[in-house]
Amino acid sequence: MSGMHDFTLASARDALKARKISAVELTNAHLDAIERLDGRLNSFITRTPDQARVAAKAADDILAKGEGGALTGIPLGIKDLFCTNGVRTTAASKILGNFVPPYESTVTSNLLRDGAVFLGKLNLDEFAMGSANLNSAFGPVENPWKRNGSDAKLVPGGSSGGSAAAVAAGLVLGATGTDTGGSIRQPAAFTGIAGIKPTYGRCSRFGTIAFASSLDQAGPMARNLQDCAILLESMAGFDERDSTSVNTPVPNYEAALTRGVKGLRVGIPKEYHAPGMPAEIEALWQQGINWLKAAGAEVVEVSLPHTKYGLPTYYIAALAEASSNLARYDGVRFGERVKGDSLDALYEATRAAGFGEEVKRRILIGTHVLSSGYYDAYYLRAQKVRTLIQRDFLNAFEKVDFLLTPTAPSSAFAQDEKPTDPVQMYLNDIFTVPASMAGVPALSVPAGLDAQGVPLGLQLIGKFFDEETLIAAGHVIEQAASFTHRPAIHAGVSA
Amino acid sequence: MSYRITGNTGEWEIVVGLEVHAQVISQAKLFSGASASYGGEPNTHVSLIDAGFPGMLPVLNQECVAQAVRTGLGLNAQINLFSRFDRKNYFYADLPTGYQISQFAHPIVGEGKVLVDLADGSTREIGVTRLHLEQDAGKSIHDQDPTRSFIDLNRAGVALMEIVSEPDIRSPEEAGAYLRKLRQILRYIDTCDGNMEEGSMRADVNVSVRKPGEEGYRTRCEIKNVNSIRYVMQSIEVEAQRQIEIWEAGGEVDQETRLFDHVRSETRSLRSKEDAHDYRYFPDPDLLPLIIEQSWVDELEAALPELPEAKRDRLEREYGVSRYEASVLTAEQAVADFYETVAKGADARLATNWMLGDFFAALNRTGRSIEDSPVSAEGLRELLSLISDSTINGKIAKEVLEDMVETGESASAIVERKGLRQVTDTGAIESSIRDILAANADKVAEFKSGKDKLFGFFVGQTMKAMKGKGNPALVNETLKKLLSE
Repeated sequence: MSGMHDFTLASARDALKARKISAVELTNAHLDAIERLDGRLNSFITRTPDQARVAAKAADDILAKGEGGALTGIPLGIKDLFCTNGVRTTAASKILGNFVPPYESTVTSNLLRDGAVFLGKLNLDEFAMGSANLNSAFGPVENPWKRNGSDAKLVPGGSSGGSAAAVAAGLVLGATGTDTGGSIRQPAAFTGIAGIKPTYGRCSRFGTIAFASSLDQAGPMARNLQDCAILLESMAGFDERDSTSVNTPVPNYEAALTRGVKGLRVGIPKEYHAPGMPAEIEALWQQGINWLKAAGAEVVEVSLPHTKYGLPTYYIAALAEASSNLARYDGVRFGERVKGDSLDALYEATRAAGFGEEVKRRILIGTHVLSSGYYDAYYLRAQKVRTLIQRDFLNAFEKVDFLLTPTAPSSAFAQDEKPTDPVQMYLNDIFTVPASMAGVPALSVPAGLDAQGVPLGLQLIGKFFDEETLIAAGHVIEQAASFTHRPAIHAGVSA
Repeated sequence: MSYRITGNTGEWEIVVGLEVHAQVISQAKLFSGASASYGGEPNTHVSLIDAGFPGMLPVLNQECVAQAVRTGLGLNAQINLFSRFDRKNYFYADLPTGYQISQFAHPIVGEGKVLVDLADGSTREIGVTRLHLEQDAGKSIHDQDPTRSFIDLNRAGVALMEIVSEPDIRSPEEAGAYLRKLRQILRYIDTCDGNMEEGSMRADVNVSVRKPGEEGYRTRCEIKNVNSIRYVMQSIEVEAQRQIEIWEAGGEVDQETRLFDHVRSETRSLRSKEDAHDYRYFPDPDLLPLIIEQSWVDELEAALPELPEAKRDRLEREYGVSRYEASVLTAEQAVADFYETVAKGADARLATNWMLGDFFAALNRTGRSIEDSPVSAEGLRELLSLISDSTINGKIAKEVLEDMVETGESASAIVERKGLRQVTDTGAIESSIRDILAANADKVAEFKSGKDKLFGFFVGQTMKAMKGKGNPALVNETLKKLLSE
């Protein structure tokens, strides 16, 4: 059965179609791996093996008829921020208690429509707030990678840390993530996998628990960009139930994979040379530039002058929205309730017990920046700066076709190296936040290992709705880097 | 004739502005597909969006936008092609998401005006500051259980139009006239049923007082959620009185939100300015800015029904009715429609007199409204045509109308059944008159010696003899002829 773990999503799809393997054996192999490894990794909050086996059996019946969709029989994990009909959905928070949605998110509906088999709900930072997956009410997720000669538990990044760890460890062939300021790209980089944050509006937000509505965007996480492309094509699309979803056709992303970069212009934003960034990340970035140049791209230095305002602006805009979005968790209609002598007492007790420390911190900050007397200085100014950041990208994209940067300023750190200053933790998102603020698409591909043997990623940022160019350029890097390393904890090796 | 309240230090003027919440007539709620109809078992008209479930998103109902634009047009107001929805954040058990979606900075309708007619025949213009769309909240029910409250979300998310007036109102009468006019316009264009008992229209009343001639405004108080025109007028009076007493005692009026208690006829403090919520308004990121096309506004305008003032002017012009009569006939669209059905092709003067007289009296007597009138417009028109073509006279027609109300029969059927057709046979009339004159020779002599008033006596006697069925014109004519013989 160990051969089952050498599949990528694309090769598994082809093997299923060719009836070389069955969906049931593929699913069982992954369920077994979860059984063996996830007690340690903690990447799942809720496992749904029974439903998965039923779905796999149904997939085999369809495949036997020579029918089936793009994902028929493919085992996936779902970030536990997507509401799933009849399956507990937690947002990694205590406040939702045993909440079982009577509805399915649009993104997961699309995946089910195309035949995917869900193995369960994946861990994350509570309400997607975090960069290390240390903020989950269901415990931290462990990164399957290890530093050379060390058994220290590394973080998988966040907030889609469970998705990243599960994909990297081979527990699933792909996973959904959500990205508000880097929550797909940074964990993808920390775990040596690929992840795409599509253009804002590309995937419907309907049924996905909101963190910051103007930034939240679902996207795929998988072992490589071909797998991500297949998933994205299924997840994306217009949805009339989300007013911010955009009605443009979904292209064949997989077909874009081999387009190459010949004749394209790649921009290198000079502001991303962050002071204090490790030399090996600088070196990897240069390596990426060389790979693209060798593949026929023209390299152009560009300026994104408002980059340094990205992080503070993000933490105002996102948290303002979050403070309002999380008001509905009040103990009145669903989720956990802690009784109180008055309505206000009920609210206070419920929210004090239900929300974790980081979520509370962010609600407080968000409430503060919207308060009378502070609104203009914080929220309104942040909106103005956000426009300037977006303009930076639009200006750059008049000169170049896409941008190349590092994904994160460091590799995965150990759980006990977590910075005590929360703002220090926020710095993880320094390279990912600007594209989120602008709404443009971006992805991360694994490009190498650092000196300690831990993965590093490169980020590509593109024009609105031009995910295809990013996939093509990312694939050039993938091929040049020939990243075939596997983490220490992996389904293919005995634990 | 300005309204003044006399205090110990002289006269005071009142300054009032009204914020009217009008429930939009629409099939579905403002941002969900759940039914917006009134009533229903608790929590049966609720979607997951209305209940604020995780991951649910609002989608704007275009019909509600159209209704707001129509209303704006009816208020002669600026229609804003760009508007935006904001979140008004506060916690309450019947507000499921923890915020109300409203329009704060960019309302869909800007400045407009309403002309109100006052009892003394004068007209005043009351400015409209803005109209915006927002969601209604649910209902908290506190009287079903000693320790628990119940929540009904049927109304949560129903579309409201908040219509804000300028502080142009100077008397309780003007406030009442403004509300009646507003309700009339809303009903005409069918954007709100204006039913204050069911809460589909309610008002927040902002009141302050000042000395006549004083520049600027003094501190105001807001009286929340007043649900009848009469209470609005009463609450203004008692609140103004309260404020005058404070100022005259050397005090300061505090800016606060108050409640009107109609039983005790007083206002009571609900919360002070210090306790006011900080609503933390910001643009709702789940919704795009609302951008509408001028051409769509034009289409809606072209399809608007005739509005009360235009209809009133036209009735004056087309049917020769007085301004007062036209106002009464256009108070409600249904009355105006009824009137026009009756008056078209009939004698307009006759139609007006009968509508405003016997017909309204019959409605009042039977407690029916124009919509379920016991006599149809066509039926009344037939009755009047029987008068016009001299089949019956006016006095008989009154009897016939009473029968119509009672039996639902048509006028002609009643006339036939009861043999009420008036006599136009000059021979029969002449013979009746000759009998009367012969029997009253003394009166004839008096008449001929100059007592003209006796003419009426002869008419009466003749009609009596003819059981009311004599054609009055022919009776007059024949009498004149025979008396001058």
